[in-house]
Order: sequence, then structure tokens, then C-alpha cells
Amino acid sequence: MAEKLLGSAIRRREDPALITGRAKYTDDLKLPNMAYVAILRSPYAHARITRLDTSKAKALDGVVAVFTAEDVAQSGIPGQVPVGWLLPDMKIPTRPLLAQDRVRYVGEAVAVVVAEDRYTAHDALELIEVEYEPLSAVANPAKAVEEGAPLVHDDAPNNIAFDWEIGDKEATDQAFANAAHTVSLNLVNNRLIPNAVEPRAALADYDPVSGRLTLWMTTQNPHIHRLLMSLASLGLPEHKIRVIAPEVGGGFGSKIHHYPDEAIVSWCAMQLGRPVKWQATRAETYLTDAHGRDHVTTAEMAVDENGKITGLRVHTYANMGAYYSTFAPAVPTYLYGTLLSGEYEIPNIYCRVVGVFTHTTPVDAYRGAGRPEATFVVERLVDLMARKLGMDPAEFRRKNFIPPDKFPYQTPVALQYDSGDYEKPLNKALELVGYEQLRREQEEARKEGRYIGIGLSTYIEACGLAPSSVVGSLGAQAGQWESAIVRVHPTGKVTVYSGSSGHGQGHKTTFAQIVADILGVPYDDIEIIQGDTDEVQYGWGTYGSRSAAVGGSAIAVSAQKVVEKGRKIAAHLLEAAEDDVAFEAGKYYVKGAPDKAVTIQDVALQAYLAHNLPPGIEPALEAAAFYDPSNFTFPFGTHVAVVEVNPESGEVNLLRYVAVDDCGHVINPLIVEGQVHGGIAQGVGQALYEHAVYDEEGNLITGTLMDYAVPKARFLPSFELDRTVTPCPHNPLGVKGIGEAGTIAASAAVVNAVVDALAPFGVEHIDMPVTPEKVWRAIQGAGN
Amino acid sequence: MHISLTVNGQPYTVDVEPRMLLVHVLRDVLDLTGTNVGCDTSQCGACTVIMDGRAVKSCTVLAVQADGSEILTIEGLAKDGELHPLQEAFWNNHGLQCGYCTPGMIMTAYYLLQTNPNPSEEEIRHGLEGNICRCTGYHNIVRAVQEAAQRM
Repeated sequence: MAEKLLGSAIRRREDPALITGRAKYTDDLKLPNMAYVAILRSPYAHARITRLDTSKAKALDGVVAVFTAEDVAQSGIPGQVPVGWLLPDMKIPTRPLLAQDRVRYVGEAVAVVVAEDRYTAHDALELIEVEYEPLSAVANPAKAVEEGAPLVHDDAPNNIAFDWEIGDKEATDQAFANAAHTVSLNLVNNRLIPNAVEPRAALADYDPVSGRLTLWMTTQNPHIHRLLMSLASLGLPEHKIRVIAPEVGGGFGSKIHHYPDEAIVSWCAMQLGRPVKWQATRAETYLTDAHGRDHVTTAEMAVDENGKITGLRVHTYANMGAYYSTFAPAVPTYLYGTLLSGEYEIPNIYCRVVGVFTHTTPVDAYRGAGRPEATFVVERLVDLMARKLGMDPAEFRRKNFIPPDKFPYQTPVALQYDSGDYEKPLNKALELVGYEQLRREQEEARKEGRYIGIGLSTYIEACGLAPSSVVGSLGAQAGQWESAIVRVHPTGKVTVYSGSSGHGQGHKTTFAQIVADILGVPYDDIEIIQGDTDEVQYGWGTYGSRSAAVGGSAIAVSAQKVVEKGRKIAAHLLEAAEDDVAFEAGKYYVKGAPDKAVTIQDVALQAYLAHNLPPGIEPALEAAAFYDPSNFTFPFGTHVAVVEVNPESGEVNLLRYVAVDDCGHVINPLIVEGQVHGGIAQGVGQALYEHAVYDEEGNLITGTLMDYAVPKARFLPSFELDRTVTPCPHNPLGVKGIGEAGTIAASAAVVNAVVDALAPFGVEHIDMPVTPEKVWRAIQGAGN
Repeated sequence: MHISLTVNGQPYTVDVEPRMLLVHVLRDVLDLTGTNVGCDTSQCGACTVIMDGRAVKSCTVLAVQADGSEILTIEGLAKDGELHPLQEAFWNNHGLQCGYCTPGMIMTAYYLLQTNPNPSEEEIRHGLEGNICRCTGYHNIVRAVQEAAQRM
């Protein structure tokens, strides 16, 4: 009998290949006669290309071909990189595979070299002669909308991509007019670069005889890439394209998007009839992977005389970069404005977001995608207001939480929270961190001239993306259901095909745990297949903390269908009525007569032999499910950061980090905790270290790991974790998703802690990343 | 030009360009693709291997510099089908997610434990400072190195 696996901390089946070096990432793959691609990129943020001469590069020994936009145009392919989310009245500029006559950000692809080896391909880049006429550029979204700012696209006046709003403006203005107290905050949500440790890569192989393209690439969603390659970029029929995600070395959003590069690589393979491979350098990753965040925001909160929040008003300029990346318009709108209620009862919310084109790398979903930005706004305002009212920040939160008896709770910004119990994780986190004691220590330390800060972040997220009809009504050009096929073989072994596409999340382990429990077959008898458009029916992929909640639910539903089909066959074999047949731990038996039983393996064999099936039952034992969730899922929790700030140097030392998350039922605690750890690290990274900085000319001046501080081991403490469990009420597993929670919560917790530490200096806010210089200046500026 | 080197106990003689990096000899010539490349400025450490007993970033070593040397890569760590205690500990402690940084991380930890068999958490975090992991927040990597230190 199989043991119960859901909830077990079993170590991952993915790991043996990864810890021995046997796993194959894209760049590990080699095909006979393979050539190598290198891509020439614009050194200017904004320029006209006046001359482009590839003759010297072409003449270099070992160079196979050099292509430009003109060659792409002549080939007659659609050659576009489309946007996959439409908002009302948005401007949609064309994004080409290779720049035609104008470049609009540093890193935009201008020409491509194919050579016999990597080194020659990169040598040849230096022999391509390009003359640019530099044009003035703008990188900051708030400056880009000013009168007279350089235009990124001629048909987008003032660089405005879209102007979006949510909530009731009039009612919110009224709430502010009637408020007992208000606070306001101007903040910048710093631009980030995802930095998956594996840079993007692609290997394309085109067979001119069959007309089929096989593309191995670093992707979180191979079917989306196949769709967009077919429709917009290459024009190949969808069934003639196979996209495969081999081992993928992290993504954090950056491998969702459809970029020009993988399409160019595919097109080269089609032109040459031989396989070609491209591996981005880290420098290319910095310039071309979609960046994250980059908001300039004004936010205000209003309360009544009882300290109850009555209004929230937010205005944000969201940087889109030079073109829309795939899902970019959704990130600062429907994944941001809809989260502004946080965990609180706020009767009036209004949010306006102006999407802005600038001469920078496109911005899109990066771990959390809109929700960390929203949480940061809400949690900073909550702390500011608590301070203004002289209330403890935990107490102010408690007072304004949506109480457990008010769920389902309709927020004024479209979402309906299905469940929640916010005080539980708050109380648990405060207990874990020893809040009362810490406050006393903080008081004592201040007397000694030491500045300790305690920062709370009581966050909510909407994930498990998402009901397809809902996202469709909001502008998504994609569905958000997920597919699964559970196939039981004649021997009773099982293969599961999932539309989720893991790249570090441990799906092969957790999905097998789900199936083992439902079918009652041994865990080792289950194989999980994902990440291949020829093997998997369809899939929208892995992002938005959706794989357990949507992909896992699809698997659970299809496994349950297998059980039900098996029950019909078992009933027939046992000569019992179907209703009288129970199923438990892999065995069908007649209720009240447990000895009269057949195993699911017996049933599988009979299903394939088909010698003796009940009338109307087809042979074989498998089932498909296409699971479309009825709502988002709403994980929540409380994170607490404890810091010490050195007022002389401005250095921030993160002393402790406590996280209590509620992601519903947990499939594998080891994996859930790992997701929280990694998420926190990225949130702390945003709060203290990471910043993609552009100069006035649009040059990325943090374009390497030397200049852009990804947290290292010594920057972080060990994390202290706990959980509460409020199951999701609307999916079969009761799971909610945990991939982004850490990142959503952490940046607000850390900044709240720093500002709390500096309360004696009157510091009310410091923009991220909170560097020693900014801390020092804040202390000086606060006049103490 | 020709260089000779021993990788995971196996002697090789290979023809390389003078500018060729050690990591490309390992990956592209010897097909030992376990060692990964994550950056171009020697920051990420994904390419870390042991060369003559010391941890080196193989993207920053010219192949010609490795002439006559002995290299240990992730592929050479398990012996006779038995995982090395570090590999076992990374597995037990969920010390990896996407796995891309893992070979370099394990090789750096291998060197760390050679030089300091009983490191404190602080020493582990300092010892791993040349290796970037974007997935784990290092929490479980530290646990893994601690467990391996106890078992070795």
C-alpha cells in the first residue's frame, strides 16, 4: 500500500541529475553540423542607423552568414514580436526582430552572425560596420511624459503607452476630503534585472524537407513561444514547430517572454538548413532580458477619527521600456492596481497608472510582477499612518484587517478574495520574532546609540493565474487554464503529461506526489513529462505561482477521472454495481467485502487487453483534464524583518527574517520552504542591493554582476519560517501557490524595518535600494 | 597548440587556440557539460572547478594555463556510483532548485571543506561568496555544507 505523500518532505527526484552534472541545459546540447550565433546589439539608446556594412564580417574565415533586418524582410516572414495583453486605447508600436533604421534601447538587436564556432561568431561582430546618428534619449518614466521629451515612437505622443485607472475616483476623493488624517508618499520602485543564473539560450534545427522546426530554448512556457513564433515571428504553421524546454536554469519571469533573439536564431536555422545555437552572455542578459518594476508613484492614505482606513489614492508612472514585452501591460495594471486593498478593509480606492515608453530595455513580469509593487505601496503607507497616529504598526494592521467572517470579500478594485485569516500569521510571526521583547530591546539599544528596526509586511497576493474568461475580459491574449493527461500503462506504471513547465520548482517531485496519492500507485511508478510541445497537449506554462494551483489541479482532476473510469471496469470485473465499489490506496473493492478486490494495476491491464470491458467503455486507462480555475488564489502572510542601522556609515545589517505564510495545503514542505527562502532573497535584494540604473543618455550603467548587486550568501541571514493553513476553497488540492510570496512580502518588510530604526531621526521613507549613502543622507536630511 | 591535462583522473591531450578558456575545453571539447557558464566577469562562480587542489573559475583560466594540471569537475565527484557527501547533502537539504549554479557551488564547497573541515555558518557564507545562487536564498546551501562537513 502506498504511503500518503501529499504533505511529505521527500527530497526531489530532479536532483540526482543536477548534482552530478548530467542534467542538460540548452547550451549543453550539440547537434551534427551545428553552427553558432552571435548577435550585434545597439550601443546607443536612441539613434538612426545611417550605414550598415557586413562585408568584412562575412569575409572572416569561419563565418557562415551575416544577416540584417533587410534579409529578414526579404525572406517574407511576419517578423514581429507581438504584445500579448491589450488595454483600452493603448498605443501599440511595431517591434521588429532586428532593428530597421532606428534603435530604441541599448541592446536592441541590429545584426546576426552565424559562424562555425562561438569565438569566430563573436569576432565577426566586431567586423560589422554600423554608423549611428545618435538621437536624444530618455530613460526615466516621469521625465519621458514631460513636454518636449524625446519620443520613443513617433505615434505615441508624450511617450504615453496607456492611461489606465481602476476604482472610484469621486468616492475616493470624497473620502480624502472627509478624512481625519492623511499621509502621502512619493516613491520610486526600483528597476530590477531578473538574473536567472542560466542566461537565455536557443538551439534551432530546421528540416527543409518536412518543413519542421525544432527549437530547444530557455523557456517557462514552450507552448506560448510556439504560438507566437508561428503567428507573429516566423509564419511557420504551428504544427510544424516543436519547442522543447530542456533543463532550464531559473527564470523568475524572464523566460516567459517572447524575445526577438530566439526568433532570429530560428530564422537563421531556416535560412541555412543547419542547426544553430545561441547562448547569451551575461552582458546580453542584462541588456535584453525584460527588466522588472520601475515605477514612479505618489500614494496617499486616509483614515477616519477611529483610525480606520477610509481611502487609498495612487498615481503611478510605469516604465514599459522601448517596446512592450509580452505581458508587460498587465503587470502595472491588473497585477498591481487590483492588489492595492492588501489585507485591509478599504472602502474607497482609486488608482491611475500611466504606462510610459522610454529608451530602455522592455520591462515585464519579474517574480511577483505588480504585486510586490502594490504591497510596497500599501505596507509603507500603513506604517506611515500608524506612526502618524502614534499606534503600534501591528496594532494598526489588526484594526484594519478584513475580519475572517467577511469572506468572500469584494474589494473596491475588482478582486474577490475567497478566503483569509490574517491575524493568525500575524500573531504567529510576532510570537516567533518575540515582538514585545524586541520592542524593549529596541528601546534599550537606542539609549546606547544603536538603531534597531522592526519591519512588518502583512501581504496578500493574487496568484494561481487565472480564470481564462476573467483575464480575457481584462485584455489577455492568452488563456490561463492548464492541461494534464494521466496515462496508466498496461503494467500499471503511469506517465503524466503536464502543461506546466518547471525550471527549478520541483514539479516532477510534487506532481508525482499528487498522482501517487490519488491513484494509490507507488511514487516511483510515476513519470512526469513537461516542457515539450510535441509531448504535451497544451500548456500555458509556469509563472504567477500557478503550477500547483492550476497545473497541479489539472493533474488531480485527470487522475480522479482515471480512478472513475477504473471503477467502472473494476465493478464489471468484480460483478458488482459501480456504486458498491470503493477505491482506496490503489485498490478497488466491494464495499463490505474488502477481499473482493482488484488493484488499479489489474484494472489497467484489463483496460488495455479489452477482452472483457463493460458495455460503452473504451479500451485503455487514461484521462485528460483542461482545468480552468474559477478564481485566483489568495496566499497571505506576515513577514518581519529585524535590522540594525549604523547611523555613522549608513550600513544596514539584516539581523533576522521571520516569515509566516499561508499557501493553503502544502504538497511538499521542503519545496515550499525553498520557494519562500528564494523569494525572500530576491525581495531583500530589491530592498537593499539591486538597482538597474540608467544614465541620462539611456546607458545601462549597472550592466554586469560587478555593478548590479545580486545578493551573495554573506548578505543574508538564515530565515525563520512557519506556516498557517487556510486551504483554497475552489481547487481540488486546496493549494494556493508559494513561488512569489517571499518576494512580494520582503521588500516592504525590510524598508519598514530600516525606517523604523531611523524613527528617532524623523526619517519617514527611503527609496530602494536602501544603500548606506541613502541612509546617511536621509539621516542628515532629517535634520538631526 | 597542444596541451595535456588530467580531468577526473582521465588524461587528455587537446588542440586549443591560445585564447580558449578552460571552461570551453571542458564543455565543448571534452563534452563535460556539467560545469556551467553564468557570466562573463568571474562573479557568478557557476564554472568553478578544482585545478591542482584549488577552486578556480574555469571561465577565467586559459586552457593553456591548465597545461599539465589536474582538474576535478562535478562529473568526477561521485566515486564508484556513490555520491560524494556534498552531493548527498545538497540533495537531502534541498540545496538546489534550478541546479545551474549547483556544480560550481558544490566544487567551491568542496574546496572550502578541504581547507576548513568544520566551518561555522559565518565561514560557510564567506567561503561561498564567489558563487551566486538566485533560487535558494542560500539558506539550504548553508545547511547542506554543514551536513556534509559532519559526514566527511
